[in-house]
Amino acid sequence: MQFKGTEKISSDEMEKSVSRSGGAWNAFTYLDWTTYYETMPADKIDIALELEADRMVNTTYDEKEVESERTVVISERQGRENSPGFLLSEALHSAAFRIHPYGHEVIGDKVDLESIQKNDLHRHYKTYYSPNNAVVSIAGDFDKEKMLKRISDLYQDIPSGNDPPRVNRPENPQRGEHRLTVEGPGETVLGDVAYHTPSASEPDFFPLLILDSILSGPQGLNMFGGGGISNKTSRLYKRMVEDKEVVVDIHGGLPATIDPYLYTLKFILHPNSTADDALMILDEEIQHIQDAPPHMDELKRAVKQTQALFAYGGESITNQAFWMGFSKMFASYEWVTKYLENIAAVTPDDVQRVAQQYLQQNNRIVGIYHPHKKGNYNQ
Amino acid sequence: MTEQDFSTLNIKSLPGPDDITRIQLKNGITLLFRPNMNSMAVSIGGYIQAGSIYDTQDKLGLADFTTSTLMRGTKTQSFQEIFDSLESIGASLGIGCGPHTAGFGGKALAEDLPTLLKLLADVLINPIFPKKDIERVRSQLLTGLDLRAQDTNSMAMLEFDKTLYKGHPYQYPSDGYIETIEAIQVKDMAAFHKKHFGPKEMTLVVVGPFEPESVISLAEEHLGGWLNEEQVGPLQVPDMATPENSVENHHIIKEKSQTDLVVGTIGPSRRWEGYYSALLGNSVLGQFGMMGRIGESVRKKAGLAYYAYSALSASIGPGQWMVLAGVAPDNRDKALDLIKSEIKKFVGQPISSEELRDVQSNYIGKLPLSLESNAGVASALLTMEQHKLGLDYLQNYEKMIQKITPESILEAAREYLDPDRLIISSAGPEL
Repeated sequence: MQFKGTEKISSDEMEKSVSRSGGAWNAFTYLDWTTYYETMPADKIDIALELEADRMVNTTYDEKEVESERTVVISERQGRENSPGFLLSEALHSAAFRIHPYGHEVIGDKVDLESIQKNDLHRHYKTYYSPNNAVVSIAGDFDKEKMLKRISDLYQDIPSGNDPPRVNRPENPQRGEHRLTVEGPGETVLGDVAYHTPSASEPDFFPLLILDSILSGPQGLNMFGGGGISNKTSRLYKRMVEDKEVVVDIHGGLPATIDPYLYTLKFILHPNSTADDALMILDEEIQHIQDAPPHMDELKRAVKQTQALFAYGGESITNQAFWMGFSKMFASYEWVTKYLENIAAVTPDDVQRVAQQYLQQNNRIVGIYHPHKKGNYNQ
Repeated sequence: MTEQDFSTLNIKSLPGPDDITRIQLKNGITLLFRPNMNSMAVSIGGYIQAGSIYDTQDKLGLADFTTSTLMRGTKTQSFQEIFDSLESIGASLGIGCGPHTAGFGGKALAEDLPTLLKLLADVLINPIFPKKDIERVRSQLLTGLDLRAQDTNSMAMLEFDKTLYKGHPYQYPSDGYIETIEAIQVKDMAAFHKKHFGPKEMTLVVVGPFEPESVISLAEEHLGGWLNEEQVGPLQVPDMATPENSVENHHIIKEKSQTDLVVGTIGPSRRWEGYYSALLGNSVLGQFGMMGRIGESVRKKAGLAYYAYSALSASIGPGQWMVLAGVAPDNRDKALDLIKSEIKKFVGQPISSEELRDVQSNYIGKLPLSLESNAGVASALLTMEQHKLGLDYLQNYEKMIQKITPESILEAAREYLDPDRLIISSAGPEL
């Protein structure tokens, strides 16, 4: 709805003013935050500053537009439901969080998408979209003083709202492993194994990032290009894909969140293997790192990979602006400026300790997607 | 909001003949290099004439399978040793396969360029296709095909290509089919490599913080000695006419919530003289803002799709001009009617001068953004080389875009798009 226009700038004009400048713009909602971004030629940045100041508080919520957008969002959800990976992930999050809203997919459930009314949307907008709940992050070729003055001029008179309520629904500690299965079309078995982990502002987050890099390959923070690094020498890839051939691919993910979330390992099962075989090998590798700290060379490699990903991502001005705003959401701007320093300070013992503390079976959810029938495609 | 000025480019800041080095090594490899002294990293890219158009019908997917296994082991290094060298320095290197070429791309911190080029040369020149590794990759490719069979978007595109390019090498998927991947043997890959991988017509691009001399010397050292007498020259693919009638097909994938729809026809090749008119016209049709006229009609006004846009895919041979949308199965026909109606309007009368101004400004304004990273510059240099656009291409870009008129766009649209001669492919649950 934030693309539907304000009293001052119509939806059409919003789209055109950014695009005709050669700018790129969009928005996305994550678990904890929503970001609106524009990447503009340096001399056209004012268009974005003005547009965001306006739609922070002035979006018109028109009944007809709500209905048109409703079907678009339902269509977006239906597109995702086509993917077995989405179906599995949705079931897994729901099992991982009974109390905290992290148990819901960001896109929402269809029943809610069908019933949300204009007033619900407007209430959300009025509650969360105010200067006291916003961060403006800007990177690029500009004069700092002039830019700060321009931002003050545009944003300082927007009235602050009440501080929005924060989610305070801590999840109870998990008491024992949860296992679930999802069935659907296809021929490929997928597996997700998720462990409850601390929020990104906790010191343990950095050793967990290194642990993830050692187990399943480096991730990095790049949302806007910069590429990745392969994970062929990570422990789980070597053992599960190469040595034992129980899976054809495996990746890990540790999202940075405000509240404790999940470290998730996702694999695609080898057609000649079983999910139990894959889990057995995975558990052996986890046991291995819990029993002995990683070798210093492995740690150094993980650190160098992180530095490289940071350098690659930093070529994009959009990544630079994103990193600053993103880190402010769950910690502070210093989180990103000290990111490489904190990564480099992790010791082998730290990695072993977090593996022992968090990668426990009674702290995890195992989800398996089982195809219930053979596919039907012939050339 | 205030009326904006037309974007103009600072031409001197764009890569051009003054700062791009282009030389040919003695064995035929073309090397392009552009320095970026502000960067800590280096990007490389390139291609060899070894794409999927060289596949035989009983072994479709051979080019793709071969490129997927180049990094599985060489005469001197195992798979794990290759990736250990790469990953221990935070570098990346990937090799993939398109219709005409096998393309490669990589990144490293600047000090590691020698390691990256040495590895690239080794995997291109000396692969040994170890049997055990081949079987492992085969399992991965077959799993990929299983996943493809469940992906409505991929299957709609597969049906579209098959119908649009009937009788042409482009009709086949570069990743093949289950039975053709199962039929490929190690000796086929070794033979394919011998016949198609070599320095002739190969291009290598490097962008990073170096002097040209050091890059030339590294390229000479690692790739300058590569010779392959048996390498065959590039294959010319035939042209393709617009389909005579509209053809509609639907591929059923049960239990899916969304149907993916592709509507289109033959499009221009990259070197067609009216390419820029088609490019800007396509932007008006289904790209500009929130996906142009198609987005406005199908997504914004009718609320029928989360994504709906048009695409112009233009390369060496006959291209594609198409509209793609993801819709609820019940809305497929409604969306199709709207798309056809927009195409009809698009070929019926010229776009407005305001629309032209919008897309011209968009294309000129976004050029610097596409060149902000080393990888972006490398990609631009590869396009310039592959399509023989000249080293001054980027510096002339603004002028070329400014020359386009509503009439030239209409002419380009009419050359290719005919609302009564469209290929309509979809994949999803039963209609």
